[in-house]
Amino acid sequence: MKKTVEVSIAIAEAVKNCEPDVVACYPITPSTHIAETLAKFYADGELKSFIATESEFASISAICGASAAGGRAFSATSSQGLALMHEVVYAAAGMRLPIVMVVGNRALSAPLNIWCDQQDSVAERDSGWIQLYCESAQEGVDTAIQAFKIAESTMLPVMVCVDGFYLTHTVEQVEVPTVEEVRKFLPKFQPKVKLDPENPISMGEYATPEYYQGFREDVHRDQLAAKSRIVEVDKEFEQMFGRSHGGLAQGYRIEDADYVFAGMGSVIGNAKEVVDELRAKGKKVGVLKIRSLRPFPGEEVRKLLEGKKHVAIFEKSYSLGSFAPVYADVINSLYPLRKRPFVSSFIGGLGGKDVPTKTVHEVFKMIKKREPLEIWI
Amino acid sequence: MEEYFASGHTACAGCGMPITVRHALNVLGKDVIVVNATSCLEIVSSAYPRSAWGVPYIHSLFENSGAIAAGAVASLRAQGNEHTKVVVFAGDGSTYDIGFGVLSGMLERNDDVLYICYDNEAYMNTGNQRSGSTPFGAATTTSPAGKVRHGKMQWKKPIAEIIAAHQIPYVATASIGYMADFENKVRKAKDMKGARFILALAPCVTGWNYDSAKTIEIAKLAVDTGLWMLYEIEDGKFKVSYKPQQFKPVADYLKMQARFKHLSEEQIKTIQEHMNKAWAEVKQ
Repeated sequence: MKKTVEVSIAIAEAVKNCEPDVVACYPITPSTHIAETLAKFYADGELKSFIATESEFASISAICGASAAGGRAFSATSSQGLALMHEVVYAAAGMRLPIVMVVGNRALSAPLNIWCDQQDSVAERDSGWIQLYCESAQEGVDTAIQAFKIAESTMLPVMVCVDGFYLTHTVEQVEVPTVEEVRKFLPKFQPKVKLDPENPISMGEYATPEYYQGFREDVHRDQLAAKSRIVEVDKEFEQMFGRSHGGLAQGYRIEDADYVFAGMGSVIGNAKEVVDELRAKGKKVGVLKIRSLRPFPGEEVRKLLEGKKHVAIFEKSYSLGSFAPVYADVINSLYPLRKRPFVSSFIGGLGGKDVPTKTVHEVFKMIKKREPLEIWI
Repeated sequence: MEEYFASGHTACAGCGMPITVRHALNVLGKDVIVVNATSCLEIVSSAYPRSAWGVPYIHSLFENSGAIAAGAVASLRAQGNEHTKVVVFAGDGSTYDIGFGVLSGMLERNDDVLYICYDNEAYMNTGNQRSGSTPFGAATTTSPAGKVRHGKMQWKKPIAEIIAAHQIPYVATASIGYMADFENKVRKAKDMKGARFILALAPCVTGWNYDSAKTIEIAKLAVDTGLWMLYEIEDGKFKVSYKPQQFKPVADYLKMQARFKHLSEEQIKTIQEHMNKAWAEVKQ
């Protein structure tokens, strides 16, 4: 049954219905309402544990310990909180701890800014975590549930990225699967290895040069192998709940499009609206939604963009001193094609700068040119 | 008796740290999960694909053991396991300094964790740099004995008192020179609930720079000179565990270790006075 609720509260309820053993959180805008809602569930006896930590660094450490001890574990954070976690983010993936974290995407200091962009999670893209970017409120709720299933079957941690305020704080009609429904979709977490006195193992050992690279390569191979799992889980979710969110990457009115707007997160909603308007006027335009930044769906993106005239990659992040990260990944993916579309890089929405439908219109106008552009819009 | 910390680890001959760990585990038994901060202990005991640990063991980072342990115990209890103990082994760098915020959080929440700090009074894993635990006058590579400054010029951080201020059920100091006392404290802490903390002095042969046969002798002398006070703070009540009938001069302890060899008689006197004052303030 649909209800009208703030998206953070809906996400927290979805997480609760996944029956985690441990939730550990520290407040940071704009993810705070997720933490507060889970704390209230714990106070009401609806959650097995809630650790109110003294920092985000401790939150992610606590859920790593919880996961290693065989429990399902969750946290939520944003921006500086994620940056403070950085050291543990890498360790969690290297130790193959299938934890789930929702990131309410927000700009990084300096200057201090509490509003939305995606620099925080994009900066963690090389850590070994699976990263899924959500377009809508419902996708945020559903992806939080899918994330546990993906994580626990790949033994890779999953970051569910939802745009701060645009998604975390909007009140929308969403459907939150019940505990009973989630139980049918998400099997009980039964890790093959855990900290167990009956069968003692050592975790987090150090590795000499002889072994270290092999561990890192394993994470990379398993990331690539996780691509099919992300698609499967989205399909399984659709079979049970009647909703899917595009697997790794999804085109919208893209088949015969000449001009494509590509991006991640909530901006895709605006892009689809603009495409509908332009299509009504006979323009051959489409949208590419990249849902999984890691693993990056290179082949899928190549197939979707082959034969297009011009593609605009719109990003709320940048690799200062280089290129925009998603743009660079898309360019890489298209390289094997004999005839490549022009690809332009649009950087916008940093620190909450508004990205109305007008901006999407401007992007479509600019990519009529027969040359690649880089525009901070 | 079954051992849970196996020989074959690569600690230096005479190192006080494996002695601390082995004896603690002998008391704690097999129903424990060990959480270890990055330290010499992790390096000597867990080089993949080998392990010295006969109990479940996790190392994550230098400064997050308190939170890893908090999460692990919450996870066990959430899964219905009320019996397995979670114990942290961490050095003084992690405990006094870089992991202190995380440890303080664990203490304030009174997480059901036994935290044992093996204190060798400097960052020994990186080659003997000063920590908050390094005592006054000790030369380390970042508090060297120079022409103007003569080793560390600050006093050791009173970590056990700071930890006790969190009002946790049990805080104790120990020395591997008084092994029965250490083991008794581990035994007592084992079956208590909530956050428990034991600070065990564990000499470092290379950092303190002494004959490797003298580890236990030095650990004992630290107590016998009064420099290392053995006490417990149980439910807020302070109690000295052992007071030597007559203190040996602090110089006996200092002169056995090259880290203090540069100290002048006047500086040794300052340390002696500091020790006398500490004992004079003790309410027994």
